[in-house]
Amino acid sequence: MGLLSLAIWTPIAFGLVLLALGRDDQARAVRWLALVGALVSFLVTLPLYSQFDTTSAAMQFVENSPWIDRFNVKYHLGVDGISLWFVLLTAFINVVVVIAGWEVITRRVNQYMASFLILSGLMIGVFSTLDGLLFYVFFEATLIPMYLIIGIWGGPNKIYAAFKFFLYTLLGSLLMLIALIFLYTKSGGSFDLATWHAMRLDGRSQTLLFFAFFAAFAVKVPMWPVHTWLPDVHVEAPTGGSAVLAAIMLKLGAYGFLRFSLPIAPDAAHEWAWLMIALSLIAVVYVGLVALVQQDMKKLVAYSSVAHMGFVTLGFFIFLDLGVSGGLVQMIAHGFVSGAMFLSIGVLYDRVHSREIASYGGVVNTMPKFAAFALFFAMANCGLPGTAGFVGEWMVILASVKFNFWIGFAAASALIFGAAYTLWMFKRVYLGPVTNDDVKGLSDIDGREFLMLALLAAAVLWMGVYPKPFTDVMDASVAQLLKHVAISKLN
Amino acid sequence: MIDKISWIAVFPDMVLLAMACVIALLDLGVKSSMRGKTYVLTLLTLAVVAYLQADLALSGKTLYAFGNMVVSDAMGNWLKCFATIAVMVTLVYGRPYAAHRGMLRGGELFTLSIFALLGMSVMISGNNLLVIYMGLELLTLSSYALVALRRDNATATEAAMKYFVLGAMASGFLLYGMSMLYGATGSLDITTMLKAISSGQIRHQVLVFGLVFVVAGLAFKLGAVPFHMWIPDVYQGAPTAITLMIGGAPKLAAFAMTMRLLVEGLLPLALDWQQMLLMLSVGSLLIGNLAAIAQTNVKRMLAFSTISQMGFVLLGVMSGVVTGDSATFTANAYSSAMFYVITYVLTTLASFGILLLLSQEGFESEEIADLAGLNQRSPLYAGVMAVCLLSLAGIPPLVGFYAKLAVLQALVASGQALHLSIAVFAVLMSLVGAFYYLRVIKVMYFDDPITASSVVAPLDVRVVLCINGGLVLVLGLLPGGLLALCGNAIRQMLGT
Repeated sequence: MGLLSLAIWTPIAFGLVLLALGRDDQARAVRWLALVGALVSFLVTLPLYSQFDTTSAAMQFVENSPWIDRFNVKYHLGVDGISLWFVLLTAFINVVVVIAGWEVITRRVNQYMASFLILSGLMIGVFSTLDGLLFYVFFEATLIPMYLIIGIWGGPNKIYAAFKFFLYTLLGSLLMLIALIFLYTKSGGSFDLATWHAMRLDGRSQTLLFFAFFAAFAVKVPMWPVHTWLPDVHVEAPTGGSAVLAAIMLKLGAYGFLRFSLPIAPDAAHEWAWLMIALSLIAVVYVGLVALVQQDMKKLVAYSSVAHMGFVTLGFFIFLDLGVSGGLVQMIAHGFVSGAMFLSIGVLYDRVHSREIASYGGVVNTMPKFAAFALFFAMANCGLPGTAGFVGEWMVILASVKFNFWIGFAAASALIFGAAYTLWMFKRVYLGPVTNDDVKGLSDIDGREFLMLALLAAAVLWMGVYPKPFTDVMDASVAQLLKHVAISKLN
Repeated sequence: MIDKISWIAVFPDMVLLAMACVIALLDLGVKSSMRGKTYVLTLLTLAVVAYLQADLALSGKTLYAFGNMVVSDAMGNWLKCFATIAVMVTLVYGRPYAAHRGMLRGGELFTLSIFALLGMSVMISGNNLLVIYMGLELLTLSSYALVALRRDNATATEAAMKYFVLGAMASGFLLYGMSMLYGATGSLDITTMLKAISSGQIRHQVLVFGLVFVVAGLAFKLGAVPFHMWIPDVYQGAPTAITLMIGGAPKLAAFAMTMRLLVEGLLPLALDWQQMLLMLSVGSLLIGNLAAIAQTNVKRMLAFSTISQMGFVLLGVMSGVVTGDSATFTANAYSSAMFYVITYVLTTLASFGILLLLSQEGFESEEIADLAGLNQRSPLYAGVMAVCLLSLAGIPPLVGFYAKLAVLQALVASGQALHLSIAVFAVLMSLVGAFYYLRVIKVMYFDDPITASSVVAPLDVRVVLCINGGLVLVLGLLPGGLLALCGNAIRQMLGT
């Protein structure tokens, strides 16, 4: 069994064991087993990084065996510089989320933990598959645990959110399924990604394919104007669900653009790049403004996610090394930062049971340690130099200035909105005098919460100060991808 | 003089017939309220028959018996084998339910089920219009009686009446169509009929006229729109165990009948029947999915869901390419439909199994609300039900996804622009479908239970239900074997 298979199936196996054996009267044992499972799953992904050859753009740790002969589907796994970090990120966030749900979840603990473990295995599968159908299977299967997570452990309006999440994203993916079948037929019976990348395609097919993939991935990212499911879902999802959704699940969409849309339909991607850039800029600027007026902290962070993901898609569609790498770095950074933001909100919510900004004020007086973390993550969310949030945005802005000054200008100006909504929220929630009895009665974070936030803070700081390990891994693969995309597939 | 080959070909059916009589007689001496002895003997018989059929199927030979009246090929034998297993599973799930409702005062449930199965077998292996019709009648007459088995229950009796009247009319349609074909071709034998039609000597109008009636009859049996009206009423009205008996295994037989008549017999008219099937399947997908949303009764919802699923099966049957060098495409199309039917029956068995399990003595679990909070009462059964519903919705990694994928792939591979848009339509309709399946999952997982009582089940039901639910998941992870089985069976039938 290869390393990638281990990375995928270890958490799923632990999840199934939890489902089979776990009972609520042994919640303690269930939690520990889940933590062991998450840690083991994370540890098995580490050799992927240490043994990764950064000089090569080729797929590494490849596993290839027949799976369904009838469709010529292969169990074909491999990672390159584009996907490697997401495998590690997913496994890492999973550990944090298990810690985050420790005492908060008291009902059906085993199902909760199992859902996250299985979900993490499936998402690693999405990032590491090289076969179109296998990708689709993993991509769709992630909906099931997330649906249950939102629906069982979510807030008051959880059912609406769970359905909206499932059906909205399913609509997009079903169109992608047709695109995959179309490619399968067109390529003479292959679901192999490399074959699809190399295949010639006429302009009309490319346009259709591009938009079919767009339907799936733009909803997932989410790009403006199909982002409306995200705020609703984030608000109702439990803290852990929000964190995984923002940190990893959104990246599935952006990753799909790089793996499918760009290399399979390069001409259509170039032709429609203006549209993608326009939608990204709207996301960055307009959604940033929308975030400014939110009353609900989770909604605010959700809109901020849409704006940050706008930087990612902007970076991808200007077709420059710096832009694509910047987008990827931004994705990883956003994984850490948005996860941390949602977990911070969760810390407050567990104590006060309100997400309204107006319910708080002066939290720093009663929870100084927590406020320090929150300030750090808020700064990272604004893109302060020295934090993870800065690197990616800076790279994307540089690339877009190179591409077109005014696009770069618009993107850069969005940083101001980012700083405005994040810091304004911080001011209203944490600073000033204690406003009410709820806040007065708050107790500072305990060791578990400290550990979970510290892990993320360390990651954010490391990436902000020394991003080289991240960009080094990507360089070769990104260059290779852009070289491929630059060549027309017409004629 | 009957030759040896003939006996080999029909040996399992003979066993079935003989044992049906033996069981009917032996049952006279059984007194117990659960009819344990009859039950065990029936299951043993079915197990042996399933084994014999699988053995015949694995031999991979095509045998014609009794002067070409009966054919024994891999497709038929596998379908018979799966139908036998499906009836077995139905009896396991249905026995406690039937016992609580006084349906086991006599042993008719078992005998009639075996006769229904015999009817399916004859239908599946018939190579002659009249043999197929005879099998169909044996199946449907047994089914009418089964629906009416709970004779003191008004809804069941009403359902039986509706089923009988409409079923008789559909049989009439089919028989009328068959007589037209017989009149035009001069033969009841399917192989001869095919040759006569292929010769091009016969007037097209007459053939198409007969074809319309045949297709209408088939559509009724499969439950495709606009011949679907009986399905919701009968599914809802019949005792749940019997609903499963008529909604499970007979779909396999109906599929086989469709293949025998349309593909083996009337392939030269494919351009005509493909258009008819296209209309039927589009209608079924539309009406089935939209009407299912409005249902509050699970059985009725599953009935409409069946209608939409049959739409997919028909899409598979109609996407076979008939001209040019396209043997692989055609085999893929038919085998996708076969795979679809088999997995559909597998999933239906488990989902009705759960409903039967929840219907305790004096309580019918029929409303969607009755499933509320099942996850808190029994995570295992909620899990099985969720897996089945997600499979019906076509969400990977469950087996229903590959069924839909196979059909869609066959549709797209036929290379017509119309078919591509039908594929888009079909996936949009399965999005609608996902909504009502998810709603049941929502009730099971997100709502609080109305009763805290735990779910109890006899050991046999528990074991079979776990295996059944597990198969839906395992076949989802490793669907290759069953897909290959269907592909080989169909290729052998097409003679390529």
